[in-house]
Amino acid sequence: MLSEMRIWRGVQFAAVVASALALSACASQQAQTGLENATQATPGSPQDFVVNVGDRVFFTVDSSDLTSEAKGILDRQSTWLQRYPRYTITVEGHADERGTREYNFALGDRRATAARNYLISRGIQSTRLKTISYGKERPVAVCEEESCFNQNRRAVTVLNTQN
Amino acid sequence: MTAEIQRRYAAYVASRYRRARRIAGIAALGESLIRLALATIAVWLGLMSSPALALTFSIQPGQPFTPMPIAVPGFAGDPALAAQISQIVANDLKLSGYINPLDPASYLDKVVAAEASPNFNNWTTIGAQALVAGTVQNQGGQITAAVRLWDVSTGQQMFGQQFATTPDNVRRLGHIIADAVYSKLTGFKGFFDTRVVFVSESGPKTQRIKKLALMDWDGANLRFLTQGQDLVLTPRFSPSTQQVAYMAYAQQGNPKVFILNTANGSRQLVGEYSGMTFSPRFSPDGSKLVFSVEHEGNSNIYVMDLATRQAQQLTNDASINTSPCFSPDGSQIAFESDRGGAQQIYLMNSDGSNQHRVTFGNGRYATPVFSPDPENAYIAFTKQDSTGFKIGVMKSDGSQERIIADGYHNEGPSWAPNGRYVMYFTDGGGATGGASVWFADVTGTVNVQVKTPGFASDPSWSPLLR
Repeated sequence: MLSEMRIWRGVQFAAVVASALALSACASQQAQTGLENATQATPGSPQDFVVNVGDRVFFTVDSSDLTSEAKGILDRQSTWLQRYPRYTITVEGHADERGTREYNFALGDRRATAARNYLISRGIQSTRLKTISYGKERPVAVCEEESCFNQNRRAVTVLNTQN
Repeated sequence: MTAEIQRRYAAYVASRYRRARRIAGIAALGESLIRLALATIAVWLGLMSSPALALTFSIQPGQPFTPMPIAVPGFAGDPALAAQISQIVANDLKLSGYINPLDPASYLDKVVAAEASPNFNNWTTIGAQALVAGTVQNQGGQITAAVRLWDVSTGQQMFGQQFATTPDNVRRLGHIIADAVYSKLTGFKGFFDTRVVFVSESGPKTQRIKKLALMDWDGANLRFLTQGQDLVLTPRFSPSTQQVAYMAYAQQGNPKVFILNTANGSRQLVGEYSGMTFSPRFSPDGSKLVFSVEHEGNSNIYVMDLATRQAQQLTNDASINTSPCFSPDGSQIAFESDRGGAQQIYLMNSDGSNQHRVTFGNGRYATPVFSPDPENAYIAFTKQDSTGFKIGVMKSDGSQERIIADGYHNEGPSWAPNGRYVMYFTDGGGATGGASVWFADVTGTVNVQVKTPGFASDPSWSPLLR
């Protein structure tokens, strides 16, 4: 069951990447393209990071504590980021909609900072890392259910490719 | 009235007219001066208010309440202007929830001039307790409106007043007349001559486009202050209503607090901090801005003197401290903090001393906002508990808590300048849902949706424009 969940998430993230790459495609095409990309992701590419490493960790309600699962993902991120030092990183902190706006800015920042500090503790140079909070302003899942809120309470490691 | 009094009164009116015209002439040069031209120019002396009024108004929490039925027939004079102004007056009074302008179809007299002697039987018959009569005239670019408010049951005049302005301020003239009527009928100060700045929302929920928007409180004169390139949030009026403090995501880096000049569109960054700055609010005199600064996962409250740009840190705590708001006299600041484990409301002196918790109820308490009415010392807040997000009011010591708007998600209170109403936004949630703006009165009896174009959130209610 757990592994099924992970695969399902992988598919979802692949879809996110694909939608960023293929702006004109319709939703179902994006998902399919994403799956193809998942198997074809070039090692060291942002797609490789998202699909094969996992670009995000999740939090419980009103918490910025890193779960053991989150630490596992951040461990894999730090290994990958050390192998590909050309990227600088922005960690985005997000909250679900079940909080007030201003508090959620602060909470999102706290989550981003928790992920950032963990990556630093695993050997990533602090100069490579920035944080930004989006509070509850940028949900990825929109419904009134816990299943959506779970996906929105997240810290996402975004690779900056300008250099 | 003796001939002598009539003569003196005529001279008085003439002198006030001359002054108003002079001001109006100057005011055309600049927006800030236009409001002066709206000053009342003559008290109607024909019939002084009777000290013994039959009409009384009462509204209490949890008590049955019926809005006061009144009549606002068409005003006499210039037909188009008279219709426009009497409709603004009726609409404002109806939106207040306290007064019920009866259906004009039921009126036996369709138009009542200010100078007329009303046939009160025609108004008692339809159940009106008060009657608003008016005459509007356009004399060479000067709009004058004479208004009388009658107590229908006694036939006494409650007030008579004459107003003057320029044609571009006709809507404000309507709001000012409505404020005068509302104030006389309820005993509360008016609040219709106000604006609202808010966040106008469009696009899918995962990629909402947000723009700052400014409008009259009734939805008229909508104007966008930003065009949607940057994500913008939490606008708050300065007391002068010419400036708005808000948070914006610039193209790069952390979101920051800016101050926008609504008259010329210029904006300035507030402070130089490496971290995010957010949750701005002006002091009651407009000289200071209080806001939160994030650093290493903690958020603390700072206050900046806007003249000197010197900032002072007021909280220094390894927790979230945000949503600061000055008390009306500027001596205290309410804020929220999770230093005790979860969001609660705290108070401190405006220099940061004596920080202490004031909410101890079940649930989380957030976004404290002091009432502008110093006599009542209310704080409005957002309360989150197992059944939803509510808007409530309480005394500033945390006592006498009362929920005035319940639901799935209500957030972000902002007071009307008379301290009787709280505007907020409500969001039904879900994939296609969005926010809308409402206001509730402090008793929780009245709850009214505010007219906005599409989804809207983060309303900030201006002070009276005068």
